[in-house]
Amino acid sequence: MKVPYSWLREYCDPGVEPGELAERLAMTGTEVERVGAVGPPSAENFVIGKVLAVEPHPDADRLQVCTVDAGGDRTIVCGAPNVAAGQTVPVALPGATMPGGQKLGKAKLRGVESNGMILSAAELELGEGPPGILVLDDDGLTPGSPLAEVLPIAEPVLELEVTPNRIDCFGVYGVAREVHAITSAPLGPEPWAEDAPADGNGDVGDYASVEVKVPALCPRFTARVFTNVKIGPSPVWLQARLTAAGQRPINNVVDITNYVMLLTAQPLHAFDLDKVPAGALTIRTATEGETMATLDGVERKLDPETVLVCDQNGPSGIAGIMGGQTSEVSEQTTRVLLEVANWNGTNILRSSRQLGLRSEASSRFEKQLHPDLCLRAQKIASQLMIDLCGAKLVPGTIDVAAEIPAPPSISLRAGRVEGLLGMRVEQADQIAYLERLGFGVEPDGDDLMVEVPADRHYDVTREVDVIEEVARVHGLDEHLPSTLPGSAGQMGGLSREQKLRRRLEDAMRDLGFDEVVGWSFTDPGLPARMNIPEGDPRATGVTLSNPLSVEQSVMRTTLLGSLLDVGKANLARDAERVALFESGRVYLPEGDSEEGPLGGGFPGEKAPSVVEPHRLGALAVGPMRPKSWRGGGEPADFFALKGVLEGLAARLGVELVFEAGEEPFLHSGRSASVSVEDTKIGWIGELHPAVCRAWDLDAATGFEVSLAPLVAGAVVGREDFVDITTFPAVLQDLAVVVPPEVPSARVRETVLAGGGELLRSAEVFDQYIGEQVGAGRKSLALRLEFRADDRTLTDEEVAELRSAIVAALKEIGGSIRD
Amino acid sequence: MLKRIEQIKSEAEGAIAAAGSTAELEELRVRFLGRKAELTMLLRGIADLPQEERGKVGSAANRVRQQLELKLEECAAELEASEISVSLAEGQVDVTLPGSPTHPAGHLHLITRTTRQIEDVMIGLGYRVIEGPEVEHDYYNFTALNHPPGHPARMLQDTFYVQSDPEVLLRTHTSPVQIRAMETQAPPIFVVVPGKVYRRDSDATHSPMFHQVEGLAIGEGITLADLQGTLVEMLGAIFGGSRQVRMRPHFFPFTEPSVEFDVSCFLCDGSGQLAVGERCNLCKGIGWIEVGGAGMVDPNVLGFVEANGYDPEKVQGFAFGMGVERIAMLRHGVPDLRRFFDNDVRVLGQFL
Repeated sequence: MKVPYSWLREYCDPGVEPGELAERLAMTGTEVERVGAVGPPSAENFVIGKVLAVEPHPDADRLQVCTVDAGGDRTIVCGAPNVAAGQTVPVALPGATMPGGQKLGKAKLRGVESNGMILSAAELELGEGPPGILVLDDDGLTPGSPLAEVLPIAEPVLELEVTPNRIDCFGVYGVAREVHAITSAPLGPEPWAEDAPADGNGDVGDYASVEVKVPALCPRFTARVFTNVKIGPSPVWLQARLTAAGQRPINNVVDITNYVMLLTAQPLHAFDLDKVPAGALTIRTATEGETMATLDGVERKLDPETVLVCDQNGPSGIAGIMGGQTSEVSEQTTRVLLEVANWNGTNILRSSRQLGLRSEASSRFEKQLHPDLCLRAQKIASQLMIDLCGAKLVPGTIDVAAEIPAPPSISLRAGRVEGLLGMRVEQADQIAYLERLGFGVEPDGDDLMVEVPADRHYDVTREVDVIEEVARVHGLDEHLPSTLPGSAGQMGGLSREQKLRRRLEDAMRDLGFDEVVGWSFTDPGLPARMNIPEGDPRATGVTLSNPLSVEQSVMRTTLLGSLLDVGKANLARDAERVALFESGRVYLPEGDSEEGPLGGGFPGEKAPSVVEPHRLGALAVGPMRPKSWRGGGEPADFFALKGVLEGLAARLGVELVFEAGEEPFLHSGRSASVSVEDTKIGWIGELHPAVCRAWDLDAATGFEVSLAPLVAGAVVGREDFVDITTFPAVLQDLAVVVPPEVPSARVRETVLAGGGELLRSAEVFDQYIGEQVGAGRKSLALRLEFRADDRTLTDEEVAELRSAIVAALKEIGGSIRD
Repeated sequence: MLKRIEQIKSEAEGAIAAAGSTAELEELRVRFLGRKAELTMLLRGIADLPQEERGKVGSAANRVRQQLELKLEECAAELEASEISVSLAEGQVDVTLPGSPTHPAGHLHLITRTTRQIEDVMIGLGYRVIEGPEVEHDYYNFTALNHPPGHPARMLQDTFYVQSDPEVLLRTHTSPVQIRAMETQAPPIFVVVPGKVYRRDSDATHSPMFHQVEGLAIGEGITLADLQGTLVEMLGAIFGGSRQVRMRPHFFPFTEPSVEFDVSCFLCDGSGQLAVGERCNLCKGIGWIEVGGAGMVDPNVLGFVEANGYDPEKVQGFAFGMGVERIAMLRHGVPDLRRFFDNDVRVLGQFL
């Protein structure tokens, strides 16, 4: 909302600079986006001039040499064809700064020195005005006196960011009332206080009729009729105000409707009555498939919820949004029907969105105006029609109104004000603030009975809304103390799951990975590029109905896609290697997954409709450790990432089970499923060559695990002390030869089972495949630890256990390597 | 016999003096003093000697043995010292070569770090950290937050909707978790809610996905002044020093009164100037930096959870929310929102 400062001051002059007022407005709830200006940055060197003589330029056909009294005679060369002796005109003297910022100097035009410039309305940013220089009414203006005394040049404009609840501040008078409330500067009378004289012939009913078929969507429709209308340009002051407020001047009738809207927040619409057959208007909803051409020349397709203003031939305007071309006011118009209506805001908002059409009018109607505003606008507009268009107002007003809501009364309890705000506001102050805002106030002991004005009808409906009004005018910045809530008994903190998630994220960082934050959105082609077949639950994610682009139209079902994108982008930026991780959610359609969110579920009675497991994913391309004179530099492979994942598990005290697995996006021989006990929690592996190629990578290795089951298995914080035995362990190495397809995990399990409880651990520390064990065999070396809690084991005991192990190994085709 | 002992002595002393290494000395020890050495044998055979010779021979042999042991020790110490210094000299390395690399340092994303920082400050003030779904029901995102269907306030934030269900959307703020939390826990409640949020908006200053942190405090007698005090504590902890906070009245459907809050600029300490006449770039000379939105939870919102003890006549409180990226941008001078989602390792690595 752009508010020209001079217009505001007509109703309430705060007596301060615009910048200072802007600050006060901001601190009381009306954000001022900026204090702009139209016209020249300064009014200095802009004066009133009187053209004394006009002579043709000796060397230029289109230029004329004028003698102008601008507080002393001077020569000014002028190119406008309409310049003539005797005119009173705006003049810029050398030294003046034009709206564009350029400084005016003396200039020689084809050999004749020009000592200034005679200005057009456009050059002063006073609107488009007539072509040529602006000719002022000669009302005894003194040549040489400041132009700013008669024209709003160098006009500061407050650009307000009005919050959607404050529909009153979408009109200049409403802003003036707000300024009055917050500064207590006097407020001028309401501009609709007096109605215009109705000097026209007959009664409005003789000229026009209105039928409202949808009263719920059109709570009020008022119309007045004007005859003897002379269409023409608006006077400069009106054009200047509209221009400063961001509206293009059109003609006097249209300008009046815009002006009154900007003043009262109530939009108006003017019809050429002669183009409305029989003057009959009907308000109805559109029929399915109905179309009409709006004022902007576009043919619009309508739906059955859109409300139309129709004449006997069909739609002539979309209610509250935009008029139509059929009954548009033109230069030939002599009779005007002025519509001022009230519409259902929700319906206007819906239709405006549906049509993709938003106007100054619809942006006000959609916030729900009060039906009382209609007649305010009619009264002001009527006087302007008479004054500026020479029109005669036909007596009477068509007023089709549903029930107009009565002003609500709200009780404001004294204790509530202080109880909610934590600051005391004296009753006398409360009354003063509310009255300045236009509320009716009756003291009721310490409490107040407050009557809400029409402008605030839908905004202030409860005690708490009144308290806000009191608080903001009182001034939070000046008066509100800073205290802390009494929060005795409250214990802050992270949940166990949140703590363990932080532990894992920290561990990933400490293991050398950079954390990334990937997009939750992906493109529908991602599963195909990841080799994920149709039918796989991960191939169909949650799809958005209104994405910004196809590339961001589906919610991700894996972290891997995000990680690959980030990896590729970094390698394209010349990174030699990347080790990335993400701790974030994936989004799975309900029923597709047994995974749940961290902590088992979200708070709230109604379950979410999509499952959002929190996952930890990693991707490494290139070496985990850089190459150096001490070695390193090998690209991260399956075992590098497996070590990382085992490291994470060790930090939680969880044992992971790895089994050869088949993920479509992984190398089939170098990948595994990852489980905790019997629950599969994710995958690990080197990426499938086709997937690598799709992201321009030579090779990459990654993993992705669901955090909820991982964290659920953690023993962190639940450990019990186990006494350390003082009896020595017997350490032995064991070389086992087995068929190559037997996994080492199986060998280890077998050894542990064979060794019984005195065998405390068995860890594979080497693998050998080659001549020495023969073809079709592999050799694994295990380190065994035998220990008893209550005695030192004898050689005989250990030998016995060892033979039991050998026996067990035989059952899986294993033997001891000599 | 005594003569032989003297011979052994001089022979051994000569050999010890000539020894060039500790290993050689060890050989000499075995040769002269070992179990099968002549002197040892001699001492062992003393019992076979005539009575009168036993004492003389025995003491002479023992004396020589002791002297030799001493000599060996002295010599060993000398040789050892020189051997160590030789081995030290040989073991010298070029200390200027790079150390064995561990893996390069990893980094948490600045968004994670900033979120954790805010969480930790609020935990210190007695708040629990809770989380909610990002794919949310319209009811929690709008209706229960006092945005009735068709209300223009719903248009304040352009919303992504889910194709399969028009009542399901990507949450536009973390505020729906206020309702979820209050449904689950009776008052008093003090919670802080971090998380991703989504708005259908993408340009230099808007990202369709970003992060918020929300705070909610409801109990008996919690006031707007308490909100201000809480913000002072929180923003002081985040931005350092004794920060001032100012609240500007504003409009949000789910709070009443509603405010936007600013923190005094930590670069110019609220003066708007860095040096005399030099405008502070961070706050644009205003002295204040806009941080987020807040207010007293609207009674209508409490009405949606009244059954769980949230009677608006009995309990009241505040909520506040702010953008994590914005805090991080201010705190670390990140110029552009999009840098957070580039995930450029050269940027990630700047934040240790």
